[in-house]
Amino acid sequence: MMVMGTTQTTMTSPSSPLLSVRDLNVRIPTPGGELHAVRGVSFDVAPGEVLGLVGESGSGKSVTLRALLGLHRAPIKMSGEVHYGGANLLSMPDRALRSVRGGQISMIFQEPMTALNPVLSVGEQITENLREHRNLKGKAAQDRAAELLDLTGIPSPRARLADYPHQFSGGMRQRAMIAIALASEPKLLLADEPTTALDVTIQDQILRLLLKLVGELHMSVILVTHDLGVVAQTCDRVAVMYGGRLMETAGVGELFARPKHAYTHGLLGSLPGSGSHSSNHRRPLTPIPGGPPDLRALPQGCTFAPRCTYATGECRFSEPPLVEVAPGHASACLHHDRLSVLEVSV
Amino acid sequence: MTLSDHPLLEVTGLTKTFPVRQSLLSRWRGQPRRAVQALTDVNLSVKRGETLGIVGESGCGKSTLARTLVRLYTADSGSVRYGGQDVLALSGAELRGYNRRVQMIFQDPYSSLNPRMTVGQVLREALGVHKMRPADQIPARVSELLSLVGLPAEAANRLPHEFSGGQRQRIGIARALALEPECLIADELVSALDVSVQAQVVNLLLELQERLNLTVLFVAHDLRLVRHLSHRVAVMYLGRVVEVASTEAAFEAPKHPYTQGLLAAAPTLDPGSRSLEPAISGELPSPLNVPSGCAFRTRCKSAFGRCATERPLLSDTGDGHMVACHLYSGAGPT
Repeated sequence: MMVMGTTQTTMTSPSSPLLSVRDLNVRIPTPGGELHAVRGVSFDVAPGEVLGLVGESGSGKSVTLRALLGLHRAPIKMSGEVHYGGANLLSMPDRALRSVRGGQISMIFQEPMTALNPVLSVGEQITENLREHRNLKGKAAQDRAAELLDLTGIPSPRARLADYPHQFSGGMRQRAMIAIALASEPKLLLADEPTTALDVTIQDQILRLLLKLVGELHMSVILVTHDLGVVAQTCDRVAVMYGGRLMETAGVGELFARPKHAYTHGLLGSLPGSGSHSSNHRRPLTPIPGGPPDLRALPQGCTFAPRCTYATGECRFSEPPLVEVAPGHASACLHHDRLSVLEVSV
Repeated sequence: MTLSDHPLLEVTGLTKTFPVRQSLLSRWRGQPRRAVQALTDVNLSVKRGETLGIVGESGCGKSTLARTLVRLYTADSGSVRYGGQDVLALSGAELRGYNRRVQMIFQDPYSSLNPRMTVGQVLREALGVHKMRPADQIPARVSELLSLVGLPAEAANRLPHEFSGGQRQRIGIARALALEPECLIADELVSALDVSVQAQVVNLLLELQERLNLTVLFVAHDLRLVRHLSHRVAVMYLGRVVEVASTEAAFEAPKHPYTQGLLAAAPTLDPGSRSLEPAISGELPSPLNVPSGCAFRTRCKSAFGRCATERPLLSDTGDGHMVACHLYSGAGPT
């Protein structure tokens, strides 16, 4: 469940969120001027929920994810609040943050080959986490490490503990990275494009594995991806980013059936297979005109307005806030009720 | 038989291996040199004006096939016939003529353009090498090509880094079209582009194909896109073609267990149709060590004894729907 709008919320109901992000901003200084990569992003993650953070390259989705754990270093500037377990992670001292990072909140990355340490065996990388966050050592740690590899579907796990990352295939490396992340028994897993580098049949295996683990371990997941198919097949709720802002948030079924932002609407409409496939075969698609915005020179008003077929003068005047437009469905689009009905086929 | 029923491009028994470098020690011990089986006995035909989609996962040989067809790689054996010519035997002026008629567009718009040449220089070079126009007509042709792909004429004076990914892919298309080809081989044409930009380039390809009557080999891993663009589809697995069918048959009634699994594994846009179990289990075998018999048998739920001993050949199961699977070759599992 997600809450929008004001920076102060008083959510103490049984469905109180595991993680609350309020007015998150990330500014990256570059030689060509300051790049405001994340602009006032607020969202919640409920316990056991898989939240998809979807957007195209440069939309700020990965920068947002990394900011949650304070992974950005100076001169990159972060502001806002990330509430977890009664504390604000962004103002927490480094030492305290280290016990959360990689502990209760773990992260997996797109490229397992660059995220894993090439000179440590897979077993050592798992036991390192077990020692740090679960205080397990020696035989107990070895046993638990083998259990974790088994849990992620690696055959003959005990023997593979001594292997190095280069001895694993791409899919296996991603499984190993998940095993490392799960070693600390996290409450929240941050996944940054975890299957983008994998083949479609291996992607399918990894996504099914993640969903199985979410159910068994009662974790929440924030899944960053650019692939709308992955979102549809994995997430409970979706937050759509564009030009550093949240454009729309909704339950996954609602988002695909009734998108309420012109950008989401355009994105879904541009995919082949929109409409009945036989009659549309080899017909022109409906692209979104233009290209992604330059984050150093953002237009006034709605960032998407220059490419939007629905945009009016009002859109170019000020940036529309993200407001609830239907139960559990928030949109930052002034024309959310004017969007034509989409027919997205599978 | 009408003209368009004649295959423009016909590939028969095409095989390509890449030997792996061998250590001195293993050479001294007389160990056999290992090789990656990139293409094994590939058979395909493409009709004039047709779009053939070639799909498969990494290592299936789809890019090797594309590169072998334009003679960037030398085939080990097999034949490629283009409009009656034996492509693999061409040399000199004949090869240049073939290379002009069959043009490749590469995947990565960031690395396939020379960063130090302006777009105009890139296009003028292509026009000059193949003497497509007299010198005084070249500037006009450059502007014409740019407008054909939807870029302004002043783009000619700019360098590749000044363009976005989608625009660079348009430049790649303009460069290919400069030579007035009959056939385009597009290797992952839009996979490096953002979704919102992909449709623009796809539309350009569709429009140009119509206008210039181009034959297109569309090599891609995006099944949704291949389905939208292709008349027929060839599915590859570990260097072999396992199924060839009309797009409708391949997607609505796939026959090969691999095609069925591949389609089921591709994430659909319908959140209501989630499966709990993966469509295909197991890992892709190493192309250095392809399983005996059918390459897919190690991951196939329907595999039986014969699959391990005998390589299934691509054969017609009716209506031109070709499958390389023992389930369809008479004697099934007993």
